[in-house]
Amino acid sequence: MSESNWEPKIVAIVCNWCTYTGADLAGTSRMKYQPNVRIIKLPCTGRIDPVFILKAFERGADGVLVSGCHPGDCHYNAGNFHARRRWMLFRDLLDFVGIEPERLQFSWVSASEGRKWVDVINGVTDAVRARGPFTGYQAINKEFVAHE
Amino acid sequence: MSDLCTVAKELLQSGQVKLIVGYEKGSGPHRTRPVVIRSAEEAGRLVFDHHSLNNLAVYLTRKEIKHEGRIGIVAKGCDVRAIVQLIQEKQVKREDVVIIGMACDGVVREFGLAWEREHVAPKCAVCDVRTPHLYDILVGSPAPFEPPADSQLARIEQLKAMPPAERWAFWEREFEKCIRCYACRQICPMCFCDRCIADKSVPQWLESSASRRGNLAWNIMRAFHLAGRCVGCGECDRVCPVDIPLSLLNREMALVAKQEYGYEPGRDPEAPTLIGTYDKDDRQDFIQ
Repeated sequence: MSESNWEPKIVAIVCNWCTYTGADLAGTSRMKYQPNVRIIKLPCTGRIDPVFILKAFERGADGVLVSGCHPGDCHYNAGNFHARRRWMLFRDLLDFVGIEPERLQFSWVSASEGRKWVDVINGVTDAVRARGPFTGYQAINKEFVAHE
Repeated sequence: MSDLCTVAKELLQSGQVKLIVGYEKGSGPHRTRPVVIRSAEEAGRLVFDHHSLNNLAVYLTRKEIKHEGRIGIVAKGCDVRAIVQLIQEKQVKREDVVIIGMACDGVVREFGLAWEREHVAPKCAVCDVRTPHLYDILVGSPAPFEPPADSQLARIEQLKAMPPAERWAFWEREFEKCIRCYACRQICPMCFCDRCIADKSVPQWLESSASRRGNLAWNIMRAFHLAGRCVGCGECDRVCPVDIPLSLLNREMALVAKQEYGYEPGRDPEAPTLIGTYDKDDRQDFIQ
């Protein structure tokens, strides 16, 4: 893809109960948002192993959004509380190895927040677009691209 | 070291422990090596000095010796922190281990180096457990010791002051050297998983070849799996054959754990682990 028509690839890893339902609401309400996002649904943010985030970058994501239920709303009571501690550490670690914080973002989006989902996706997409393609990670991928 | 030998002899003779993991004289000057002794007659082999580098806590979770019975372990303060963290993580029962705590006057950063100021291990700069914080038997008392400057923290601050692209370039150069020997994992007391994620191939989360992509993923995940667990014994740094500064990653995670959650691993055997628990009011200003 040439530079002029480059579009950011955003991977959103979301929980089944809140954010996915919120995204569904945005869809059924016919709200429009930028089409750069690929959604991956998991049971809970507590099920999101940070290695999934690395895998998304390996497979060419320019940015990753992780989103789940607001604190206190977790379907499994505490999944998002546990996830929140892991995110704190993981985002600092990625920052420390030189991955810009804009490329990994987090949000709480409830099942009724279709509007918020639209705003979050537009915001993440714009922020990543401003950063440009994730050339750092894509460069280390080159030796593998032929096989995939 | 006669104190240590006497203690070891008594423990074995009285049957309080089945075996003792300690250090014996190494194959040359300024070296020791780990040894497992099982009888009182062998107690004389034990030594302890500025070259007792290995963190012997790594043996506590090894099935080969765990089944033999109660283990005595010769441990510096930093090693005791690893033991305590293993107790916190329910990998070791407090009553199954007899800790021979060694008052420590610092160690060198690698074998073969004479005990001189410029050879002191970086971890000794911030050590506050020269007399171990937990032990069954204490041997010796620490002598006056002027710690060196905290070189690790200085390097971390230097890295953080760089723009992200330069940090990325720095780590890429470091990780590129990795040959995936997993020495860092084998030496680490906290890497006790029966099957490491790096060895799983269905699905394969971490590319197993020593490629730039695989090395980045492995080194990031290794550091992350130790976040809030690493006690900073620095063994990974010491054994890395290509000198990747792994403990900078570990230290950075420790700094976050301390700053954000006031948590230090391996301090209190009764305390819950950092990511095994949560607080409803944990910081979340980074979440939209």
